[in-house]
Amino acid sequence: MTSAPAETAPVVTSGLTKQFRRQIAVDRIDLEVPGGAVYGFLGPNGSGKTTTIRMLLGLISPTAGAISLLGTPMPAAARSVLRRVGSLVEGPAFHPYLSGRANLARLDAADRFSDPRTSRMRIDSALDRVGLLAAAEKRYRAYSLGMRQRLAIANSLLMPRDLLVLDEPTNGLDPQGTREVRHLIGELARDGATVLVSTHLLAEVEQICSHVGVMYEGKLVAQGPLGELRAGSAQTVRVDTDRTDDAARVLTELGLRDISISPGYVTAALGEVAVEKIVPNLVNACVPVLGFAVLQPSLEDVFVSLTGEGFDVSG
Amino acid sequence: MSAAELAVVASPPRARLSTRFLRSELKIIFGRRRNIAGLAVLAAVPVILAIAVRVSSPGQGDGPDFITAIAGNGLFVAFAALALELPLFLPLAVSAISGDSVAGEANLGTLRYLLGIPAGRTRLLVIKYAAIVIFAVVATLVVATVGTIMGLALFGGGEMTLLSGTQTSLADGVWRLALTTLYLAAQFSALGAIGLFISTLTEQPIGATIAVVLVNVMMFILNSISQLDWLHPWLLTHWWTAFGDLLRDPIATESIQRGLITALIYASTFWLAAWARLATKDISS
Repeated sequence: MTSAPAETAPVVTSGLTKQFRRQIAVDRIDLEVPGGAVYGFLGPNGSGKTTTIRMLLGLISPTAGAISLLGTPMPAAARSVLRRVGSLVEGPAFHPYLSGRANLARLDAADRFSDPRTSRMRIDSALDRVGLLAAAEKRYRAYSLGMRQRLAIANSLLMPRDLLVLDEPTNGLDPQGTREVRHLIGELARDGATVLVSTHLLAEVEQICSHVGVMYEGKLVAQGPLGELRAGSAQTVRVDTDRTDDAARVLTELGLRDISISPGYVTAALGEVAVEKIVPNLVNACVPVLGFAVLQPSLEDVFVSLTGEGFDVSG
Repeated sequence: MSAAELAVVASPPRARLSTRFLRSELKIIFGRRRNIAGLAVLAAVPVILAIAVRVSSPGQGDGPDFITAIAGNGLFVAFAALALELPLFLPLAVSAISGDSVAGEANLGTLRYLLGIPAGRTRLLVIKYAAIVIFAVVATLVVATVGTIMGLALFGGGEMTLLSGTQTSLADGVWRLALTTLYLAAQFSALGAIGLFISTLTEQPIGATIAVVLVNVMMFILNSISQLDWLHPWLLTHWWTAFGDLLRDPIATESIQRGLITALIYASTFWLAAWARLATKDISS
């Protein structure tokens, strides 16, 4: 499916930077979306996700840095490469007084490579795929937010694509619609497409993404396979006890950090300490262990640790 | 499998030379109720004019020469209507379409999806401008055609007295009307290039339209200040009224030629300006 050489990831940026007047919106990011990945592009609002996506698609030009899309440099190769890229940027946008089908026909007509003979068929199958076929003749202005979002997704499916860049694809969808879009993304990925999906919904990422990149204040603060990113983040141990002060002392002696004492339990960052040493040491120190757990960080914890207050961006 | 089918399968998709995008653009322009209403207003002028002249007794007015000539030959309804709509109505219609061309897409957000197709920025400007030119021709043609029909219906045709006093046939009159329509459409197309350029500067289609109208009116004002007569030949609108030369015998071509050259210079300059602007613009709408 992907005709780009295997060693070249579908999306690679190096030192990509965008400066608007005085504000640096995107700061020297090195994005790498591996072939076949569903890459969750995370970050709080205003962290530079959409600006990055606009640069990837050649809508705005980088201040510095390079972009390679499907193995070809952007924006120089925009003409040849963009037709292999389906995109949804910053919400749907269509002519309000045209029907859903007419809007897609308009975009298909603007494509120099599309075959007019198959236009109707491709439009209908794209509409069908997002569950909009029944409302195809309705004017866009009469569409609900969810239907508009689906129409924008249908547009990205008019042609077979090697890469899909979807900016907040489930925005405005109800739970059923969200599930359907998740399912659709999974399907597209199984068909061999690489998907870059920006979102701020972490639950979505945990369910569909194989890789994650986290943006914060214009910088890419973390990137990698979802499992690795999660493992890289500190595991936490929790000791339930009625002698919290003693427990905290033992944990400190063992070398655990970030110890916090709460009524009835103590938590601490595991760091490099071997888990199996903890309970015997507590017992030897006569600390009654009423409960013990090693907590895997949730993606939310990872996300907060990457973008929250006081986070050291060096990692 | 036939050779043709094989070629379709084997060859990578190639760019097609097709009028599809242009037709889609025209469908949007002429499918919009606002624009159809605008054309109806343009068409109303010759209708009102013909009826007004018909019901009133012919006399000397201070309007354009054409109006008094209507009673003699119905074809003059078309010329008079074009003269009446020349300062504001026709330029306004072209301003609305050209001001909306790129700014309207930016305003809706459809510009980013067109460019993501990718429609191509240069190609988009070529198609947008072609549509503006076609609209300018259609708008001028509507006025001329409705004027001709109304005029011939209410006043009849027959021999036509030209501005230089000589008589000519109705067929020759229609030919001269066709030339007039094309000449004016070329002038409005040049205004449309200004509109296309302004449209690339903003995301507010109404603002762009108003700006084009302002430019147009400003050229008329400058053209009326006699102290600025050195500037007049450089103003696009200065040459618009030269279409009267097409009603002389023989046709006086000097001003018409200057007018066409001026229009061509305006059109190419502003199209290139629009291209220079859009080719490098950050599309953040």
